[in-house]
Amino acid sequence: MTAMQKLLQLPVNAVNIVKTVQGVAQGQEEARSPVLTPDSGQQNWYSAVQPEELRHLRTASTTGGGGGEGGGEWGEDRGTLEEGLSSAQTQPLRHDDLKEMLDSNKDSLKLEAMKRIVAMIARGKNASDLFPAVVKNVACKNIEVKKLVYVYLVRYAEEQQDLALLSISTFQRGLKDPNQLIRASALRVLSSIRVTIIVPIMMLAIKEAASDMSPYVRKTAAHAIPKLYSLDPEQKDQLIEVIEKLLADKTTLVAGSVVMAFEEVCPERIDLIHKNYRKLCNLLIDVEEWGQVVIINMLTRYARTQFLNPNINESLLEEGGEKAFYGSDDDDDDDDDDDDEEKKAEAAALAKRKPYVMDPDHRLLLRNTKPLLQSRNAAVVMAVAQLYFHLAPKAEVGVIAKALVRLMRSHSEVQYVVLQNVATMTIKRRGMFEPYLKSFYIRSTDPTQIKILKLEVLTNLANETNISTILREFQTYIKSMDKDFVAATIQAIGRCATNIGEVRDTCLNGLVQLLSNRDELVVAESVVVIKKLLQMQPEQHSDIIKHMAKLTDNIQVPMARASILWLIGEYCEHVPKIAPDVLRKMAKTFTNEEDIVKLQIINLAAKLYLTNSKQTKLLTQYVLNLAKYDQNYDIRDRARFIRQLIVPTDKSGALSKYAKKLFLALKPAPVLESPFKDRDHFQLGSLSHLLNAKAGGYQELPDWPESAPDPSVRNVEVPEWTKCTSRKERKEKKVEKPFYSDSEGESGPTESADSESDSGSGSQSGSEESGSGSESEESEEESESEEEEEEEEDEEEERAKKKKKVDKSKPKKPESAESDQSSGEEQKRIRKGGKDRRSGTESESEDESESESSESESESEEESESDTDIKKKKKTAASKPPPKQTKKESKKETKEMSLLDLDDFEPTPSPQVTPVNSFLSNSLVTDLEGLSLTDTVLAPTTIAPSSSVRLYELLHRITGEGLAVEYCFSRQPFSPDPHMVAVQIQFTNNTTSEAKSLHIEEPKLQSGMRIKEFPEIEVLPAGESVNVVMGIDFCDSTQAANFQLCTHIRKFFVSIQPPVGELMTPAFLTENEFKKEQETLLHGQLMGMNEISEKLTLGEKCQSEHVIVERVTSTANLSRVPCGSDKESRFAGKTVSSGSLVLVTVTRKDGAGALLTVNCEKMVIGTMLVKDILQALTQ
Amino acid sequence: MIHSLFLVNATGDIFLEKHWKSVVSRSVCDYFFEAQERATEPENIPPVIPTPHHYLISVLRHRIYFVAVIQSEVPPLFVIEFLHRVVDTFQDYFGVCTEAAIKDNVVVVYELLEEMLDNGFPLATESNILKELIKPPTILRTVVNTITGSTNVGEQLPTGQLSVVPWRRTGVKYTNNEAYFDVVEEIDAIIDKSGSTITAEIQGVIDACVKLTGMPDLTLSFMNPRLLDDVSFHPCVRFKRWEAERILSFIPPDGNFRLLSYHVSSQNLVAIPVYVKHNITFREGSSQGRFDLTLGPKQTMGKAVESVLVSSQLPRGVLNTSLNPSQGTYTFDPVTKLLSWDVGKINPQKLPSLKGTMSLQAGASKPDENPTINIQFKIQQLAISGLKVNRLDMYGEKYKPFKGIKYMTKAGKFQVRT
Repeated sequence: MTAMQKLLQLPVNAVNIVKTVQGVAQGQEEARSPVLTPDSGQQNWYSAVQPEELRHLRTASTTGGGGGEGGGEWGEDRGTLEEGLSSAQTQPLRHDDLKEMLDSNKDSLKLEAMKRIVAMIARGKNASDLFPAVVKNVACKNIEVKKLVYVYLVRYAEEQQDLALLSISTFQRGLKDPNQLIRASALRVLSSIRVTIIVPIMMLAIKEAASDMSPYVRKTAAHAIPKLYSLDPEQKDQLIEVIEKLLADKTTLVAGSVVMAFEEVCPERIDLIHKNYRKLCNLLIDVEEWGQVVIINMLTRYARTQFLNPNINESLLEEGGEKAFYGSDDDDDDDDDDDDEEKKAEAAALAKRKPYVMDPDHRLLLRNTKPLLQSRNAAVVMAVAQLYFHLAPKAEVGVIAKALVRLMRSHSEVQYVVLQNVATMTIKRRGMFEPYLKSFYIRSTDPTQIKILKLEVLTNLANETNISTILREFQTYIKSMDKDFVAATIQAIGRCATNIGEVRDTCLNGLVQLLSNRDELVVAESVVVIKKLLQMQPEQHSDIIKHMAKLTDNIQVPMARASILWLIGEYCEHVPKIAPDVLRKMAKTFTNEEDIVKLQIINLAAKLYLTNSKQTKLLTQYVLNLAKYDQNYDIRDRARFIRQLIVPTDKSGALSKYAKKLFLALKPAPVLESPFKDRDHFQLGSLSHLLNAKAGGYQELPDWPESAPDPSVRNVEVPEWTKCTSRKERKEKKVEKPFYSDSEGESGPTESADSESDSGSGSQSGSEESGSGSESEESEEESESEEEEEEEEDEEEERAKKKKKVDKSKPKKPESAESDQSSGEEQKRIRKGGKDRRSGTESESEDESESESSESESESEEESESDTDIKKKKKTAASKPPPKQTKKESKKETKEMSLLDLDDFEPTPSPQVTPVNSFLSNSLVTDLEGLSLTDTVLAPTTIAPSSSVRLYELLHRITGEGLAVEYCFSRQPFSPDPHMVAVQIQFTNNTTSEAKSLHIEEPKLQSGMRIKEFPEIEVLPAGESVNVVMGIDFCDSTQAANFQLCTHIRKFFVSIQPPVGELMTPAFLTENEFKKEQETLLHGQLMGMNEISEKLTLGEKCQSEHVIVERVTSTANLSRVPCGSDKESRFAGKTVSSGSLVLVTVTRKDGAGALLTVNCEKMVIGTMLVKDILQALTQ
Repeated sequence: MIHSLFLVNATGDIFLEKHWKSVVSRSVCDYFFEAQERATEPENIPPVIPTPHHYLISVLRHRIYFVAVIQSEVPPLFVIEFLHRVVDTFQDYFGVCTEAAIKDNVVVVYELLEEMLDNGFPLATESNILKELIKPPTILRTVVNTITGSTNVGEQLPTGQLSVVPWRRTGVKYTNNEAYFDVVEEIDAIIDKSGSTITAEIQGVIDACVKLTGMPDLTLSFMNPRLLDDVSFHPCVRFKRWEAERILSFIPPDGNFRLLSYHVSSQNLVAIPVYVKHNITFREGSSQGRFDLTLGPKQTMGKAVESVLVSSQLPRGVLNTSLNPSQGTYTFDPVTKLLSWDVGKINPQKLPSLKGTMSLQAGASKPDENPTINIQFKIQQLAISGLKVNRLDMYGEKYKPFKGIKYMTKAGKFQVRT
């Protein structure tokens, strides 16, 4: 017995019930069968039913319904149903044979019967009277029979509720089956039976299935939710609970289905998404394609309510976007949400003046959806395209154009929908599709509806530069055989002409030429368009008007005739001689004209009467008289009205003196607008957009919020490690939270792309590294134990609380450009033991800022804003220890890396940035690891193994006979001697034997240089590598330090030459201090000698502030100094051995130009630094 | 989501209906028929038709309209894409997707539809999962079924739905392990009167037929992957790997599938393999027109242009033609005014031509529209974009598979304006 067959086993009592009911039903059927089936047996069941039989049928079924089954309701239902079906659908009456077959013991007969029944259903024929016979076969052992019974059941259960109940127990049993697929299929059928009475059973089943072990069953539960909801909307509250639970599910299988349920049941409960937002973004690529569409559409709406408009501040757009990209991806993941909140709160108020910074979650969404533009599913591509259109900064929307153009090659239905959306997009963002202009050229084989849409797009894309090609293209279209299309083309030409002044005359001439076309439709359309164009500048075109006047003899299309007459009337002063003549001709033919032409004749007559009454008085009277007796009352009315108005009589009213003003008022030129204008208030890609009308169930796309709502709502609860007192506990917590364990097994196509598990592992290792790296740098003495750290943390917390209070009363403002990008990270860092780094002034200033800001409540808003802002910057900059730069860089690389397939990524042996002199306890490292792991869940792409620290080779593998030595400048203070530069050396033993006693001998140094050797490495096993740190005092020169590297068998001469940028250590200055120092240096002993300025042109990739900062800090070990102007970036540092100040300023000019200024007492260093930075920036 | 589905044939009969939620009366299709009447051509029926209570979204494939009934907001492409997927599945199952085939296999069709949607939301659309659930009918199986009474429904549970690679069955076994890849490129072009290219783009696909035992992991690399800057992939392709290394890495589905499709846009320079010399004129006043057409190869990289078929919609005024082809056969349908000329292979030494006269309605003025000429052709062993597969490697399995790559260039929407 296969597993599936277990489903079939109906409990014995259930079978019995079926039998008894069946008996009743049969009894009833027997009673009527002789009447209904005079010729019993072998008749083909699908033969047409005679009207007579039909009559029998109706009476029989209604009486039968009343008689049996204990369900009067049912009988009535059926009666009405059959009446409804009577004409179109035939009711096969000879079902006895089918019943017999269903009752037989042979599965093959049952199957045959079921197949026939299903075929009946497929044809839309009513098979409801077979219900009792079919339903008992729900327990059949044959799978196909059973499946077909399900099909039948789902189709008719609604009509035969009582009988359908008999099948329920089978499914209830199935729900308990050990096999997940059977549980799922039982739930699926159970929930598909639309019988109100079983709502509680369904509810129970769904709840149970929602916490099932198997993700497949949970998926089925998610599918069942909307079914139950449509059956009984009363259950909404309970269902929302289930949805909430399922939304938290971490498997890709469930994600799409539950979001679907969410959209159908409670799309307004956007708050349920917060906690799952990041997870959904990260899972997205692995969700099945249909689920992707639903999730993306939902997230578009979500993002509209939660983030700020990225196009608020268009000029600073790119920069802002990038910053957020690299900088602040985990700023709100750590414990200091309050700070973060503060920043967000400030965001809005300053939005207009401060550069916009994108919320990292917003960026996450954009980044994770982009690869889906490559989907084979057009709906997914469209969903991503609309997401980008509605959410992305203007500069980034362009990526969707290519994908949409690719879709155009698909089936014509797809083409139709895509073109509709492209048409809307082209109005807002023309530039995006301009490069693809030619893809919208029209082929004669395109269906007309496609042609017209393409034409629309081409018209929208037309501008001064491409109009000539487009017009040439239009010229070919005018010769098409498809006249509807030709008419549309003429209108398109008209629109181009109104939009682009330069070609107006050309277009007009072209259209005038069309007036001699043989096809009347073409001419008529041209006339109408010309009329509109002339209205814009009538003075210059009396020739055309004259030409058109001649056409009245030939053109028969009423609309065109009416247009010409209107034109002549309107501009009769430009054609004073012709106009009366036209009226004369028209008067002759008046009676034979169409109504709209007649109205225009009256109109023309009236206007001429007013301007040239001498010549036209009689004609006008004649026309009005004719009109007076017209059959059409509109025309009669018009004539009467006009006569009263224009012909002066004794009792003519007060209005008549204004007649001229009334008729010859200047009319505004018509605006030829695209029908797709403003359609983008509907979410693109939606049905409502396509129909340009709100469809049922459409969720409006909300406007961007004025100020960003609290982003911390998306934080997933982090183990509150700050409150943990013992390390152990913390570690345990970390272990308890297996973020990936659940999904790893199930998150299906992990193979296809990087899934969370991949990136998870990648980032884990990455976090290890970055965590340890950053830590080691900062903690200078281990003796500063955890206790202190925790104290600090508590302090910090308290402070944060205070701040929050302050915050409430403070006006909101946006994250100031840079504080946001680094703040989260920074604060985390500060919190974590790096306290010693923070200078006293810094913490003071922080306190100050608090008090000040609270004071500033009373002050004017602006002042307080700027005030706190500056403080903030100060704080950030001051608290920025050098390693931050490195970390930021590494972070950036990580980001890039995450776009790659980590799955296939060999973890490259990256340089260990863990120097031996780091006094970091292992447990702390693990803690930090734990912390970053939690970050990882939220944005698993943030950390990956990488380091931006440049590696130099000290000894090549070959010359070192298998021993490879590399070194790098770890940019950490060398604790035994602060005047030395720390050099981290990595030994890798590539030989097969051990290397012993690695040490340094015979340093040959320049005068003044000193060296602090690393402790001897006793054994380096084969294939292993080890890191050590040594200190060198280079005496602020770039001279090489030469020494011998010895193993137990050999000695190698090596030398370390530092780049000038490594000879310094960051100094923390405020803006004022920086200026002061600069002044001192300038006006010191040797005026002007200490400043070197150089003009440069920034490299292509180096235009934004962010990149500049990054480049400079990677070239030289400097720290950033806050600066009021966003055109300037300042950096400060001190040389390691002598402590001389090094000040660097980069001032950006318009375009790519920039000015680099270096102030330094040591001229040599200054000169070399200028050279290095110059090179870095111009690349 | 999708409420119901109606299948309508060319004559306007509803021959199949399926409801996933409560039953929608088939009278809803009257709105569709109305639209059908209004549209002059079958392909001009708007894909989305609003009715008072429902929306009808339809696709036309193989002269069958698949009309989906929906009740509330849903992305139209979602439904359209799904309907096309249904047609593809039918084609996959029955070889053809005609009314007859559907009627013959109505039970299988019904079972398929039942599995593909749950409550109107797509459930199993991957053909590999479906085939596990419902076996496609073959002649042999039909015979066996009639004799033994066994069924098309799979005995196994659809474990594919739970698999990490839902597109591939487990336990695949072949005696001959082979993997074939067809690189097929279609040229879409518009050539103007003077023979210069107005727009030309290439639409390429790589279709694969993979019959490999077990769970092979394939990598396919190209000589010039730069060409592929606008691609869409089968879900099996590891996207990140492609982004990083421009290598296609995937666990293939079993059997036939489309690995990727790509688009070389009109911004690139596309070689045009044929040229057309034409002279189609109507003289004013006379009831005669001249028709003169010569084809020739151009930029074919030394490959022969085969299966050339020229068709053109002549103006309505043309009553009949009397033409003389130098090779091949031509037909002219006086009702639809469609001229088609089956040329065959182009011989560069003796260029094929079609010359003669057209007779016009007496007294009618000369038609002012010019017919466009549509050309179809094939070139074997050539990918016109220059795309070349570098190598195909297999990991994860021990055996040595047979690997084959085929290139082909075809005309897509290749149009010459006159």
